[in-house]
Amino acid sequence: MLDWLKSVVDFISTPSISLTLILLMFPFVFPPTAWFETWHRRLGLHNLWTNRGGLVMFSVITLIFVWGFTDVNFSKILGKPDNVPIMILIYSVFFFLWLAMKSAYENDAHIAAGEPVQEYYPPEDKVLVWPDLVYIELIALILMMVFLLVWSIGLPAPLEEPANPSLSPNPAKAPWYFLGLQEMLVYFDPWLAGVVFPSLIIVGLMAIPYLDSDRKGSGYYSFAGRRTAVFVFLFGWLVLWVFLIVVGTFFRGPNWNFFGPFEEWSVTKVVPLININLSEYVWVKLLRVGLPANPLVRESVGIIMLVLYFGLTPVMLARGKLRPLLDKLGSIRYSLIIFLALAMVLLPIKMYLRWTLNLHYIISIPEAFFNI
Amino acid sequence: MAEKKPKSRLTAISESPVWKSIFRTGIPVTRRQRMMGILNNVFLHLHPVRLPKHAVKLKYTWCMGGLSFFLFLVLTISGILLMFYYRPTVEYAYTDIMDLSEQVPLGIMRELHRWGAHAMVIAVWLHMFRVFMTGSYKPPREFNWVVGVLLMFLTLFLSFTGYLLPWDQLAIWAITVGSNMARATPFLGHEGPGASLLAIGDINLVTMSSDVRFALLGGRFVGEGALLRFYVLHCIGLPFIIMIFMAVHFWRVRKDGGISGPV
Ligand code: HEM
Repeated sequence: MLDWLKSVVDFISTPSISLTLILLMFPFVFPPTAWFETWHRRLGLHNLWTNRGGLVMFSVITLIFVWGFTDVNFSKILGKPDNVPIMILIYSVFFFLWLAMKSAYENDAHIAAGEPVQEYYPPEDKVLVWPDLVYIELIALILMMVFLLVWSIGLPAPLEEPANPSLSPNPAKAPWYFLGLQEMLVYFDPWLAGVVFPSLIIVGLMAIPYLDSDRKGSGYYSFAGRRTAVFVFLFGWLVLWVFLIVVGTFFRGPNWNFFGPFEEWSVTKVVPLININLSEYVWVKLLRVGLPANPLVRESVGIIMLVLYFGLTPVMLARGKLRPLLDKLGSIRYSLIIFLALAMVLLPIKMYLRWTLNLHYIISIPEAFFNI
Repeated sequence: MAEKKPKSRLTAISESPVWKSIFRTGIPVTRRQRMMGILNNVFLHLHPVRLPKHAVKLKYTWCMGGLSFFLFLVLTISGILLMFYYRPTVEYAYTDIMDLSEQVPLGIMRELHRWGAHAMVIAVWLHMFRVFMTGSYKPPREFNWVVGVLLMFLTLFLSFTGYLLPWDQLAIWAITVGSNMARATPFLGHEGPGASLLAIGDINLVTMSSDVRFALLGGRFVGEGALLRFYVLHCIGLPFIIMIFMAVHFWRVRKDGGISGPV
């Protein structure tokens, strides 16, 4: 039943397809500039953040899950006790995204009309913490406890076979909250995916308050006044973190191969590995001279490209569209922002290079474990 | 003589010397009593006495920070109970967990602890999202955002160290996948770029038995040493650190002018 639809969903779920769709949609859903904003309104996407929009999103997610549970293969993944948190993650991310954007759009309308935002009350209008806050806290706490108790009584914590260091399961997955990093391992070596990028995530998050110099928009939900900042944050969190977790949980099977949600996890699925380094493309395929012996000469093209990527892009952008940003932030903050943004975008870039050109490494110096 | 209305049982209790010795104030009915009730209680005193109206609205904070903290408390209590039954050795760890579900009547502590941990990770992310969307990281709250990022990192690391303790296939292989990345740390991992530069003459300083992965695992692979280290980090080390940062976090929420709001 509905087999053709299942294969459509399987096809759309392929990371190259699904990520492309998401990347195309993202700026229209969370418009970072006035131009996208116009199209956002024209396409009616602002209706997502209304009660009706929320209901539609909720129904679509629920429908997918319900449908998934009727399928032999999908239900195996959905039904795993340790995947329940992912379903809760999906629901709560969508719900709170909707709630935050709805409040933000309401406030944007207030601001546009010259009215105070909904969080505004006259300064003398205060309430006592007892009872106004302690009761809310008590109720929130009780509801959370009930939720946990129901979950705990209903779903026993799984325990697999005893640890066996000589028998590795296939696939061996990291805990779900690190699956974004494990997904990066497909495209980058462990020193980048497991060490450098996580460090950059932490440093980048910590740097946010010092990089965003805009003092407006503190203490109330809003979007219009800080659209670019919100866009960047949501891109990192929703696409490069939550989406990759979902891919890692639902779509990665044996040998870390991709499997559509309705596909059977077969150990024998063979995916040809024909990845080629940039140096081979240049020296062997293009120039037909063979790889130079000196690794620095061999990798010079990749090195130059990366230096240009991180060194020249900020300069070009500062000459062009981002001049106002440079003037506003000063060169240090500007360079940091662009560096972090470029590092963030390096992941999708590498993904597309892999999918289109089968590019393995941009720079490959295995002698020094230095592969990018 | 006017007849005096009999006091209710509750009022009588709240005026008894024992009650007064504990809570000082009676049932908080009057405005003064309500204010003193918050001020006199060490736990409630985390809060200010009065707040602007928007700050107590569920729609504003989603109570997510509070729920993260509450989940931390649930995890602490259920974790302490689990420690009564669990021995962190390769010999006993797995069977102790088995016994927990087979021998302990009405035992749901393991479930509460495991699902609660997942819930806390999600709650912390959502709290961060709320703080971002309300722009609450902006001055004067920059530093508290930094503390928050550390809290999130510590939460994830707490979860990660706990993952190993059941000592089943899922546990050791998830930790193997995770800790293998440490092997590639630049300079400090034996398969990391630059590690070979740290050498004295021909002798490499960063080897399989001296790199960061070895320090984390207490061995070359996920074994006895790793189990003990993760246990100590999970039950003592990380909770100790996260509690310090939480104290700073809560203190700073107050000192930075209370919950953010429109001016
Ligand atoms: C273990 C994790 C955490 C706990 C227990 C915690 C707890 C809290 C609590 C109870 C509040 C009061 C307001 C509220 O409930 O929203 C708060 C506020 C705040 N938190 Fe956290 N938090 C945690 C993690 C984080 C993270 C990951 C961030 C950001 C990266 C963060 C940044 C902030 C900031 C900036 C405020 C002030 C917000 C305002 O004034 O509106 N916290 N936190």
